[in-house]
Amino acid sequence: MIDKTSRAAMRTLSALLIALAVALVASPSAFAEEGGGYPDANINVHDQASLQRGARLFMNYCVGCHSLKYMRYSQMADGLGLTEKQVMDNLNFTGAKFGDPIVSAMPEAQAEKWFGKVPPDLSLEVSAKGADWVSAYLKAFYLDPATNSGWNNTVFPNVAMPFPLWQLQGEQVALMNPPADGQTATVKELKLAHPGSMTPTQYDQAVLDLTAFLAYVSVPDELVRSRIGAWVVIYLVLFTLFALVLKKEYWKDVH
Amino acid sequence: MGAFTQWFTERTPGLGAVYKKHMTEYYAPRNFNVMYYFGSLALLVLVNQIVTGIFLTMFYTPTAAGAFDSVQYIMRDVHWGWLVRYMHETGASMFFIVVYLHMFRGLMYGSFKKPRELVWLLGMLIFLALMAEAFMGYVLPWGNMSFWGAKVIITLFSAVPVIGGQLVDWIMGSFVPSDPTLNRFFALHVVALPLVLLLLVVLHLGALHEVGSNNPDGVEIKKHKRPDGHPLDGIPFHPYYTVKDLVGVGVFLIICAIIIFFEPTVGGFFLEHDNSIPANDLVTPATIKPVWYFSPFYAILRMIPSKGWGVIALALSIIVLFLVPWLDRGKVKSIRYRGVGYKVALAIFAIVFVLLAAIGADLTPGWIVSIFGPDADITTIENLFGRILVVLYFGFFAFLWVYTFFGLEKTKPVPERVTTHD
Repeated sequence: MIDKTSRAAMRTLSALLIALAVALVASPSAFAEEGGGYPDANINVHDQASLQRGARLFMNYCVGCHSLKYMRYSQMADGLGLTEKQVMDNLNFTGAKFGDPIVSAMPEAQAEKWFGKVPPDLSLEVSAKGADWVSAYLKAFYLDPATNSGWNNTVFPNVAMPFPLWQLQGEQVALMNPPADGQTATVKELKLAHPGSMTPTQYDQAVLDLTAFLAYVSVPDELVRSRIGAWVVIYLVLFTLFALVLKKEYWKDVH
Repeated sequence: MGAFTQWFTERTPGLGAVYKKHMTEYYAPRNFNVMYYFGSLALLVLVNQIVTGIFLTMFYTPTAAGAFDSVQYIMRDVHWGWLVRYMHETGASMFFIVVYLHMFRGLMYGSFKKPRELVWLLGMLIFLALMAEAFMGYVLPWGNMSFWGAKVIITLFSAVPVIGGQLVDWIMGSFVPSDPTLNRFFALHVVALPLVLLLLVVLHLGALHEVGSNNPDGVEIKKHKRPDGHPLDGIPFHPYYTVKDLVGVGVFLIICAIIIFFEPTVGGFFLEHDNSIPANDLVTPATIKPVWYFSPFYAILRMIPSKGWGVIALALSIIVLFLVPWLDRGKVKSIRYRGVGYKVALAIFAIVFVLLAAIGADLTPGWIVSIFGPDADITTIENLFGRILVVLYFGFFAFLWVYTFFGLEKTKPVPERVTTHD
């Protein structure tokens, strides 16, 4: 005799546990930088054209200071669907060999003198801070005469980095909130004071491409994984079905 | 028997007998349900951890200067290195999922009760060894959360009276987690603790096979035997449960493959974002918290206002699990026939465990803000809520003893024979 209520209770209990586990996993997780709540970067690392445009932006505006030391030019060529010649002609400006890692040519000692700190390697930037953070950060620079570089950033206040994309986005200025008693004023919103060579829509696309490229550099295996993952799952489903048939066959005589 | 098998058996001392005893003539109850998959799955994960671990060891560098780089080397330059590492990392988390469910199964069906107390104790020792193994493995990639997690957890030993400070330095081999710490954790993680785990698993299975498996009805199948001496409700483990467990393995691997190939970080729970930053003793992560599988116990530590008592509560929260066979005096094993009090208490205990995990994983501030609004006093609410949970956690065990020792439990009649199979 099976007790119906206890079975029902157990079913409720397991349903509850599963629901809790799902809630736990589905909750938005905090990235390294506190806060969160940045707009969705809306990137797609499977969009090869977007990655290629992002790589071009990186090699033109970022690699002067920032390395991607865990990524080789040759690996990037694979991921972006480019030939060795295309990469060496268009994306390699440091004179590195095709199999070399993407390392900035800037000497670290000089960098420290110029910026107060060595610009960080960006190989794992998106893994550490999230694509949304990177995207928001690249849109949050504004002119601030109080800083050494003349630039400040609402996502990363008092960042040592000057804004390398100012010719593209243009110059933003901050509209400040009136300061509370004894407090420093806070930024209310950013306004584009002098337009750059790109319209705001074009600049948003450029940031999206650059962020997508950095996301790919952080987790290059994602391109391979998603390609073969479905086949692995299909194989395992077939395996499980066969196992189930086998089990039923063996268990026929168990009563 | 094939010619080769015969040739082999004649030349091995008792191997055939061992195989018979533990496989083809180990009679398991025929009514195992879905909760009975997790033991064999834990064994599968253990094998996965050992095999993938061997390959990782070939490419990993156990030095503070080289560890982080070598993990990226495995992820990017070693052929299929990313797959092996994701299998190992996902395996670690899945190990705890199946072990927690395996333990919960024990609580549901009274698998720790006479005559299986030793099986439970050995299982608890496995759980302890697994926690040490997982903690040390977590430190090896030398990310920033590895580093600070190691520092916080090792510093807990400073709560030991008199020798606490020296004990911490002795464990680290230094004054901060550094090369000596990493070297010894590597040695313990890849050699010492796996050996301990394997030995304990052999003893756990040996002790189980001596007394026989429990089942969802909690009846002893050895009470009713066929003329040939085998239990009426028993079936040979091999082939019946080997083919059945194969189905469980299939479903389990599908879940694992989906994680490994499509979301290996599991939103920052299995692989944490802060560990994409190399260890840095000058930059503290915004919140230091252990990886998810330690979070219920970490929450107990955090919710106790004094460090000394917090560490004691943390230790007690695990020690009390060892004592379950003696705290629970009830004669009826299975939740199917136990009193309503036990069913309710176990359900509450399971929910408390998950909610404590949420606190330890630092999910609660977000929940509190969405429930009580942005001006809510997060610390006060979290502490109040968390301390109630800590009381409920220990309350489960106190209730268990009172409920069964004073005969307050109204059980239902237990059937003579097992009732179902699927």
